[in-house]
Amino acid sequence: MIRMENVHKAFGDNRVLNGMNLEIAKGTSMVIIGGSGTGKSVALKSILGLIQPDSGQIYVDGKPAGSGDRDKFLARFGMLFQGGALFDSLPVWQNVAFRLLRGALKRPQEEAREIAIEKLRRVGLRSAVADLFPSELSGGMQKRVGLARAIAAEPEIIFFDEPTTGLDPIMSGVINDLIREIVVEMGATAMTITHDMTSVRAIADNVAMLHGGVIQWTGPVAEMDASGDPYMEQFIHGRAEGPIEAVR
Amino acid sequence: MNPIALLARLGRTALAGMSAVGRAALFALSAFSHMIRPPYYPREFFQALLNVGWLSLPVVGLTAIFTGGALALQIYAGGARFNAEAVVPQIVAIGMVRELGPVLVGLMIAARVTSSIAAEIATMKVTEQIDALVTLSTHPMKYLVAPRVLAALITVPVLVGVGDIIGIMGGYTVAVQNLGFNPAAYLKNTVDFLEALDIISSLVKGAAFGTIAAMMGCYYGMQSGRGAQGVGRATKGSVESAAVLILAANFVLTGVFFSL
Repeated sequence: MIRMENVHKAFGDNRVLNGMNLEIAKGTSMVIIGGSGTGKSVALKSILGLIQPDSGQIYVDGKPAGSGDRDKFLARFGMLFQGGALFDSLPVWQNVAFRLLRGALKRPQEEAREIAIEKLRRVGLRSAVADLFPSELSGGMQKRVGLARAIAAEPEIIFFDEPTTGLDPIMSGVINDLIREIVVEMGATAMTITHDMTSVRAIADNVAMLHGGVIQWTGPVAEMDASGDPYMEQFIHGRAEGPIEAVR
Repeated sequence: MNPIALLARLGRTALAGMSAVGRAALFALSAFSHMIRPPYYPREFFQALLNVGWLSLPVVGLTAIFTGGALALQIYAGGARFNAEAVVPQIVAIGMVRELGPVLVGLMIAARVTSSIAAEIATMKVTEQIDALVTLSTHPMKYLVAPRVLAALITVPVLVGVGDIIGIMGGYTVAVQNLGFNPAAYLKNTVDFLEALDIISSLVKGAAFGTIAAMMGCYYGMQSGRGAQGVGRATKGSVESAAVLILAANFVLTGVFFSL
């Protein structure tokens, strides 16, 4: 469903993606792992068109990403940002229902609010949270609101950017379980980027290891521990020695 | 440093300067084009009207009243050197309406509104809220920039008009209370002396300065670098640019209205 072919992206002299190839089948959950600064977020943002690759092709359902009506293209996606990226000036329910209050998917305000509250309940938040502002929420609650926003318009494809960063292990577990449940329940295609191996095991159907701007290994999560790939081995076990330089 | 290296450095600086002007001009064109094309975001527009217009009234009013009062005192003291104390109403009126009203309101808007827009948008960029807008099928130029620029374009002339009146009333209060002017004669002299062109120039300047102030806030916010330092630089750069451009535009507009 999503295919990246020989994608290159550099920022000045820093070549972040160096011919990245990746395929994510429809309805599966792909987790991309890799160290900080290896281009995981750049890959994800390239698919959405937030960053323009220097060369290479990205296809969604066989069509070049970004071709045709951009609003329709983006309407197929939901995204949970690393820091939540909630709009400070809007109450929680308007954050969740943002897409439903304007544009092609616009609904009456009452209906949008009901959907927002239902999505908040789905991620384990009480309806009283709906009228709070993001600054009044804890980090874990903000992530849940971000998750509720990502699924509010029931997208076909959901991206999760570092979903558990900055959360305690229990809250990380809660978010991982929610992501897995929601992806299965909605039948959505999911792409997650993380370096949290607990998340990988909880969320992934397939795993891809990104290093040096290319995918070093990809395969089912069940085969990850026996991949035999030195990059995977070093990353999974968190070793300082190996092909991935500790000082980058 | 050898002459070639010096020339190269000058050339690079000139190119960087021209490139920055080009980027800002393209940004402004894009903002105007998004202003006239749907979708429109009325809620954001009314919020911006409130922020730029209504909430700026106290600072504009205080600036104008003190300036008008000080102007009356200065003109009275200066005019006394050649027995021209009686011109206080006329000079306060012309000074406030043609120059001080629009320029001071423009600068206060640059300090209050430009900085706040730049800091808000830059923080949104740093915290990925701008990216989030895009993924939610909402164009940041339409949602963030167009409503703010349009609100400033509409409300700053009104603020300038209010500032002009309050400034004149500041001069009137000082002249009547401290300098012994007759209240009715002061007001009559003020009204009789002002021409339509004075008021039109004041309002046009207000529209231009408001547009510059909001545009610079949005431009620097959208161009912000990462982290707290990026937000700080964007805020500082926006206020500096807005203030300089307002003063430059004032010179140009004064030339257009009164020297051609």
